[in-house]
Amino acid sequence: MHMADALIVPAVAGTMYVASTLAAGKSVKEVRLENDTKKIPLMGVMGAFVFATQMINFTIPGTGSSGHLCGGMMLSALLGPYAGFLTMIGVLLVQCLFFADGGLLALGCNIWNMAFYGCFVGALLIWRPMMKKGITKGKIVAASMLGCILTLQLGAFSVCLETFISGVTELPFAVFVATMQPIHLAIGAVEGLITSAVLVFVHEARPELLWGTTQSEEGKLSFGKTIGVLAVLAALIGGILSLFASSFPDGLEWSIARITGDTELEAAGGAYDVFASIQEKTSFLPDYAFSGSDSAAGTTVSGIAGALIVLGVCVLASYAFRFFKNNKKTVTVNEQD
Amino acid sequence: MSKINQAIYEIQKLDAMAKEDRWMNNLHPLVKLVLTIYYITLTVSFHKYQVEGLLAMCIYPVACFIIGELSIRDALHRLRIVLPLVCIVGVLNPFFDRTPVGAFGGLMITGGMISMLTLMIKGVLTVFASYILIATTSVEGICYAFRLVHVPKIMVTQFLLIYRYMTVLLEETKRMTQAYALRAPGQRGIHISAWGSMVGQLLLRSMDRAQEVYESMCLRGFTGEFPQGKPKKQSRGDVGYLLFWLVLLFVLRTYPVFALIGGLFV
Repeated sequence: MHMADALIVPAVAGTMYVASTLAAGKSVKEVRLENDTKKIPLMGVMGAFVFATQMINFTIPGTGSSGHLCGGMMLSALLGPYAGFLTMIGVLLVQCLFFADGGLLALGCNIWNMAFYGCFVGALLIWRPMMKKGITKGKIVAASMLGCILTLQLGAFSVCLETFISGVTELPFAVFVATMQPIHLAIGAVEGLITSAVLVFVHEARPELLWGTTQSEEGKLSFGKTIGVLAVLAALIGGILSLFASSFPDGLEWSIARITGDTELEAAGGAYDVFASIQEKTSFLPDYAFSGSDSAAGTTVSGIAGALIVLGVCVLASYAFRFFKNNKKTVTVNEQD
Repeated sequence: MSKINQAIYEIQKLDAMAKEDRWMNNLHPLVKLVLTIYYITLTVSFHKYQVEGLLAMCIYPVACFIIGELSIRDALHRLRIVLPLVCIVGVLNPFFDRTPVGAFGGLMITGGMISMLTLMIKGVLTVFASYILIATTSVEGICYAFRLVHVPKIMVTQFLLIYRYMTVLLEETKRMTQAYALRAPGQRGIHISAWGSMVGQLLLRSMDRAQEVYESMCLRGFTGEFPQGKPKKQSRGDVGYLLFWLVLLFVLRTYPVFALIGGLFV
C-alpha cells in the first residue's frame, strides 16, 4: 500500500503532509506529557522489531501463498496510539529512504494511510473500547481482526482517493476502488490473524505489556459511541464513494465519450474540476503540453533533440567537474605528504 | 539471497557509500535534503502529457550520478518495488484515454500512452532522487538536517534508534527463521501454529533488549535526547550548489528549454 511519489501531485502531497504533521504534533505532545524517557528507546527497538518481522513470510492456510505484517495495529496495542504512531512514522521513513518502498514526497500520504488509521482508529476506536472491561483472548482476536481489516480498508480507500485526485490514472474511481478494497480485505484478514496470534501470545506470557491493561478506566469512548463513530465514518465513506461512482458510471462509456470529442476537463464535473484546477495552478506551464497543440509533433521532435543535446552537454560537464574535483583532491593530498 | 540477507546487505552498502569521502558526500546534508524534496516536487508537478518537460528533469540525476560516482545498477535495482506499482496504475491509461495526440509512423499516439509514459518517467526520476540523497548522506546527517528544520527531537531520536537496531533485529530474525526452516524442511514460510510463538518470542526479546538499551543509555547520561554533536557549517560551495540547482531546475520546469535548443538544430 506504499504510495510512490509518481502517483501524486504536489497539492495532494502537501495536504497529506499537513494532516499527518497535525497528528504527529498531537502524538509528540502526548508522549512528552507521559515524561517517560524509557519509552523512547522502546519505541526505537519496537520500530526495528516491526521492520524485522515484515521480512518474515507467513504461510496462509489453504493457499500456496504467504503474507506479511504491516504492524500499525500491533504497535498501537503495545505502545498506545501516540507512541505507536510516531514509531510507524520512523518505520515508514526507513522503508522510504533505504528500500524505495514509498516516496519521500508521498510520505505524508503513507503516514496517513498506514500509520494514522492503524494507530488512531485501530487503538482509540477499536482496541481501547473493546478492552475497557478487561482483556480476554477472544477480545484480542476480535479487536485485531476488526482493527486490521477496517484500518486497511480505510487506508486502501485513501490510496484510491489520493491517486484519483492527483489525476495520474485514467481508471474510473469506482473501478479503482472496486479493485483495491477486496485485495486489502484479504490482506487485512491475514494481518489480523498474525496480529492476534502475536498479541494472544503476549497476553499469555507478559499481559502487562499490552496497552490498555492499566489504563482501562481512562477509556473515554463507550462501545456504543464507538459503533456510532464507525457508523458515521462508514456513512461518510459510502457517501463519497457513491458521489464519485455516479459521476463515472462506466469506464468504457467514458472512454468512448472522450474519443467522440469530449475534452479531458469536460469529462467530469464537481470535485474533479475543483481538483483539476488546483493541479492546473500547481502546473507552472500548462500550455507546454504534448496534446491539444497543432504543432505537437514538431514540438516533441525539437524537445527530444534538445534533450539529447543538453543531456550530452550535461554528461560532459559533470565528468569534467568530477575530474577537476578529484584532481584537486589528489594535489592537496600530495601537498600534505 | 534471502529477503532478510538482501535487506541487511542493502542497509550496510548504503551506509558504507554514505560514509565515503567524496565531494557530494561532504555537502551539507540540509542542502541535499532540500534539493531532493524540491526536485521531486517539481518532477511530479508536470502535467501528464508533458514528456519533453520531464526529460529535461533527467539532468539532475544524471549529473549527480556522475559527480557523486554512484552506481546506476544499484539505483535501477531500487526500482523493483516502485515500477510494478506505477505500471499497474498506469497500464490501463491507454485503454481509457484514447484521445489522439499525434502519430509516429503508422501508429496513432493517444493521450493514454503519453500519460502512462510520463507516469513511469516520474516513478524512475523520483526514486533516483531519493537514492542520490541516501547514497551520499549518512543517516546521522539526515537526522541533523531534520533537526535544523525543527522536526521534534523525539521523532529524530527514535528514527535513529530504529536505524541502529534494525540490523541487529534483522540478524536475530534471520537466525530464528533459519532455525525454523531447518526443523521444517520444504515448508514455505512460517506455519500458522507457530505465528504467535515465533513472533511473540522475538517481540519479548526485543522488549527486553529495549530495557537493556535504555539502561546502557542512562549509564552514558541519557536524559531523553541525544546530543547533536558539533554543528556543521555551510560553506560557500554548499550555498553555490544549492542556488545553482534551485535556479536551473526552476528554469527547466518553467521554460521549454529542450524544445528551444532542439529548435536551433532541427
